[in-house]
Amino acid sequence: MCTSIVEIVPAEGAGKSFDGWFPVTRAVVSYDHPNHALLDDGIIVDFVNPDLGPGARAAVELTLESARALVGALERAIAAAELEEAEARRVPAKAA
Amino acid sequence: MAYESMIAESLTINGHNNEPISAYQARPMGPGPFPGVVLIHHLPGWGEFYREMTRKFAHHGYAAVSHNLYHRLGEGHPDDVAAKARAEGGVADDQMVGDTHGAVAWLRAQPFVNGKVGLIGSCSGGRQAFVYACQRNDIDAVVELWGGRVVQAEDDRPAKQPVPPIEMTRGLSCPLLGLFGNEDRAPSPEQVDQHEAELKKHGKDYAFHRYDGAGHGFFYYHRPMYRVEQTLDGWEKIFAFFGKHLKG
Repeated sequence: MCTSIVEIVPAEGAGKSFDGWFPVTRAVVSYDHPNHALLDDGIIVDFVNPDLGPGARAAVELTLESARALVGALERAIAAAELEEAEARRVPAKAA
Repeated sequence: MAYESMIAESLTINGHNNEPISAYQARPMGPGPFPGVVLIHHLPGWGEFYREMTRKFAHHGYAAVSHNLYHRLGEGHPDDVAAKARAEGGVADDQMVGDTHGAVAWLRAQPFVNGKVGLIGSCSGGRQAFVYACQRNDIDAVVELWGGRVVQAEDDRPAKQPVPPIEMTRGLSCPLLGLFGNEDRAPSPEQVDQHEAELKKHGKDYAFHRYDGAGHGFFYYHRPMYRVEQTLDGWEKIFAFFGKHLKG
C-alpha cells in the first residue's frame, strides 16, 4: 500500500474470473501499482465476492485518462437507461 | 567448473501467535553454515518476483526464506490475493512483526545457518522491514528498499498501521541500508530526508543511497519503472552490506 487510495462500494451483479462467472458483491477502486498494465500507478477496479475467496475477482487496470473516460461513459449510459426506464413505466399508465 | 546446486521449496512456518503460514526457502546445497536472509514481499503480492529474489540470495550463498504475509487471506493467484489485501488496508503491523519473527526464528533454528540473519523488503515490505528492525532485536542487518509510508501523513493513522515507522527510529536495533529513487513519490525525496534526519538524530548506523533517474520499484525488471544501472549498483550495495554484517 503505497498510496492508501482505496474506495469500496457494495455491488450487485455478476463478474467473470478465470474460473467462470460468479456473483459480485463488492467493487473496489484503488490507485496503486498495477500487476500487469505497464504503468507506475493506475486505477485498479476489482469486482469481487470476498465470500468466495480471492479468485472471485474480475479486474481491470487503467490509466487515469481511461478511468475518467469510463466514468463519463457510465454516467451517460446510466442517464440514458434511467430515461428509458422512466418511459417504460409511463407507457402502461397511458394504455390504462 | 565447480559443481553448484541449490534447494528451493515451499514450507510452513509458525507465524504470529504461532499460527501456521506458508513460506518459500532457497539455499545452496550442502551443510553450510550460510548466513540467513528473510525477505518481506511487496504490496503486489507473494509471487514470482519474490521467489526469484529468494533464489538470488541462495545463488549468492545465503539461506533465504520469504514468508507469506497474505497467508490468512486465502489461497489464490498472487494478484488476486494482493487485491484482497489492498481492499482490506494491507496487513496489521503487529501481525507482520509476528509473522516475520517466525521466519527469523525458523532460520535461526536451522543447522545450516551461521547464526546471522538479515532482513530485506521492498515497497510496503521496505516499510515493514524497517518497522521490524525497530521493534525487535533479533536481526543483524536490515535493507529497506524504497519503503512507502515510513513517514505517514497526519491523517494517515489506520488501525492496522497506527504508529508511523519514523516515530520508531529510536528502537532501530541493527545497521540499516536504504535504497531510494529520487523520482519516487512514495517515499518522496523530502520524506527520505525526514527519515534520514531522524536516523541521524538518534545516532543510528545507516547508509542511504539515492538514485537519480529512478523512481519507485526500480529493481522490478518486469515493470516500466525498471532501471538497469541503478538496479545493478543497488544489488552490489546489498551484497556488500549483507556480506559485511552477515558473513563475518
